[in-house]
Amino acid sequence: MTLLRFDNVGVAYRGQMALQGLSLDVGAGEIVGLIGESGSGKSTAALAAIDLLPPGAERSGTILVEGRDLKSLAERERDAVRGGAIGMIFQEPMRALNPLQTIGAQVAEAVRLHHAVGRRAARGEAAKLLERVGLPEEKVASSRFPHQLSGGQRQRVCIAIAIAGNPRILIADEPTTALDVTTQARVIALLVELARERGMGLLLVSHDLALVGGVADRIVVLKEGRQVEAGPTRQILGAPQQAYTRTLIASARHKPDRTAPAADAPPLLDVRGLERSHRARRTWRRAVPVKAIDDISFAIAAGETLGIVGESGAGKTSLLRTILGLDRPDGGSITLEGADIFALSRADLRDHRRKIQAVFQDPAASLDPRQRVESIVAEPLHLLAEPIPAAEKRARVEAILERVGLASADADRLPHQFSGGQRQRIAIARALILRPKLVVLDEAVSALDVSIRADILDLLASLGREFGIAYLFVSHDLSVVRAVTDRLLVLQNGRIVEQGPTAELLASPQHPHTRELVAASPDLDRVIAQLAQG
Amino acid sequence: MTQRKTILAIGLAITGFFVAAALLALVWTPYDVAAVEIAGRLSPPSAAHWLGTDQYGRDMVSLLFAGATTSLGVSLLSVGAALFIGVPLGLYAAAKGGLIDGLIMRFGDLVFAFPSLMLAIILSALTGPGASNAIIAIAIFNIPVFARLTRGEARRVWTYDYIAAAQIAGKAAPRISFEHILPNIAGPLLVQATIQFALALIAEAGLSYVGLGVQSPQPSWGRMLAESQTLIGTAPQLAILPGAAILLAVFGLTLLGDGLGETLRGARGA
Repeated sequence: MTLLRFDNVGVAYRGQMALQGLSLDVGAGEIVGLIGESGSGKSTAALAAIDLLPPGAERSGTILVEGRDLKSLAERERDAVRGGAIGMIFQEPMRALNPLQTIGAQVAEAVRLHHAVGRRAARGEAAKLLERVGLPEEKVASSRFPHQLSGGQRQRVCIAIAIAGNPRILIADEPTTALDVTTQARVIALLVELARERGMGLLLVSHDLALVGGVADRIVVLKEGRQVEAGPTRQILGAPQQAYTRTLIASARHKPDRTAPAADAPPLLDVRGLERSHRARRTWRRAVPVKAIDDISFAIAAGETLGIVGESGAGKTSLLRTILGLDRPDGGSITLEGADIFALSRADLRDHRRKIQAVFQDPAASLDPRQRVESIVAEPLHLLAEPIPAAEKRARVEAILERVGLASADADRLPHQFSGGQRQRIAIARALILRPKLVVLDEAVSALDVSIRADILDLLASLGREFGIAYLFVSHDLSVVRAVTDRLLVLQNGRIVEQGPTAELLASPQHPHTRELVAASPDLDRVIAQLAQG
Repeated sequence: MTQRKTILAIGLAITGFFVAAALLALVWTPYDVAAVEIAGRLSPPSAAHWLGTDQYGRDMVSLLFAGATTSLGVSLLSVGAALFIGVPLGLYAAAKGGLIDGLIMRFGDLVFAFPSLMLAIILSALTGPGASNAIIAIAIFNIPVFARLTRGEARRVWTYDYIAAAQIAGKAAPRISFEHILPNIAGPLLVQATIQFALALIAEAGLSYVGLGVQSPQPSWGRMLAESQTLIGTAPQLAILPGAAILLAVFGLTLLGDGLGETLRGARGA
């Protein structure tokens, strides 16, 4: 039976088409994946389903929830359908929860909204729901507040709230994008379980083909607000009909053309016994030091790409900031081409900084919005021993901009005039203008759409070859790490739990944490192979 | 959206009117504001004197225009001085953090504890009343306002990756503060400055009212209010006109601040 039906649905914001011609059905117990890159209209579709489009949006076509169009209902009836027939889960659980109420109270409120029960009964029902989503009272007390929970636990609370009204359909809009991979796997497993056990329809909105491909029965692909292709998962991933779908799959599986460094490449960076502690603040009590990175030792050879993976809190950021010289370590040493960077004189430090540059995750936050591209890209030229004339500065900026695939005229524009992928090219141009020996890539492709990610990975590989750059590639995404790194370190709680050549390490992980990461990471190759086997 | 533009436009129009009046009065007023003419005192509005004359026979229009110069001038100088000191202090506190940050902010709290009126009384007790003391008193009171806002906004910007990128490019904290932080927090500072300007205007009027602001014969809205007090029964317009001028100027500045804030927020959100 069809629970949710989109029939030729279009949405326009102030005359601008955000979505058009979307048709899909979600039946009982069925999982439908809605796939698209940014700007594809997938979140608009999710909001349209519960009639929560922002003011100014105009919807055309029909959306039927259990045969009824929400638009035609009176406000009271519509409210009963929202949360009653349809439940919704958003990307950012911290924003979806009220920070001033306990989780038990919030779930109980949702129960009372949809069932005529007393306070006490609602509390009891809330406790059952929390237990069902994996937050039993004895482990996570219902008297806790959202900020006392981890991201995964918060999302579980949101799921408990969403299913409190016994919805027949659950819409999850990028429900795990803000979570670690292992947490993501558990939350997705919970959603699938709930859908199967309650006969609920699940509309899973995501950018991640591997994640959706692993669980969905059918997939709808969106591009720039238009439906490109729809069909059973096996057909969409195994035998896609449309060029765009094929591109999407190829981009996600893309492996840039790169060669491993020579076995006798000289060592570039040597990290020995590095330690750094933070002081955890506790009200009224003495601060205790917490080790953010603990006895970390590794080396990078010239031209090599070393991957670092780990979940949030594993110490990736602390390690990078220390290597970049932004924070001082509490112990241990870092030597770059034989010189200990924390024992350098000011002038030598300047020289050292020229050899290490960085590209960060969010290109919107790593470029000063008030500066023109020329000033942004030229910033590291500050490290030159002698200032260079403006004309030469301009020439250097233009040359590097062209090398990273932008136009020389782009030097006069402001960051907001570029797309996300172009901004990341600007960030790469800034990192490379001084021809560094080592570039730290801190989740540098994680915020990008897959097709753009593939281009950026190719660019980095070709620049690495051309300039002989070694990369320190930090990511949570094992499939990208597999495609671009020579060796891999796995961090957990500030320690290296495993390291070795990437291919070997991922093929036969030894440490339990590595195994857990490998098992939890969505892997499109694996999903497609499994689908092919039936 | 259109409401935002309307607020901004009204604010700009009123503020623009007072600024124009203040600038004009610098070089020309219809009558000499110091010319006392007892024979023509308390005359009603006429073709010669649009708003009549005061108890000394001075032209009210001229007095109000010249009063605008005083009010806006004192406010501008005091807010300007407060910005000049408060913003670098806030930038410094945000860049340093830790103990220095704490000291600067607690010192700001200390200043907050003293009303500007009391500061002005202390200052005039020490050096005698006058415009410069009013400016200093209002400026001192405004320094922690800007220091605090600057520090808060700057700390937010410090967490962005483009600051880390500048640090990797070897730039030191003072340079980063002025090159990257300041341009990115200029919007909220501008809005706050407009609002503080309105508050400074009220403070100036208050100080003049109690005789701690500019001294006679330099006209001032606050002193006009004070001097008309005894005549409120016979010539209420002498109190109403400067009172309305203060009200309208503060209203215009507040609208301008609100409109600017909304416009900047809108631009950021888009």
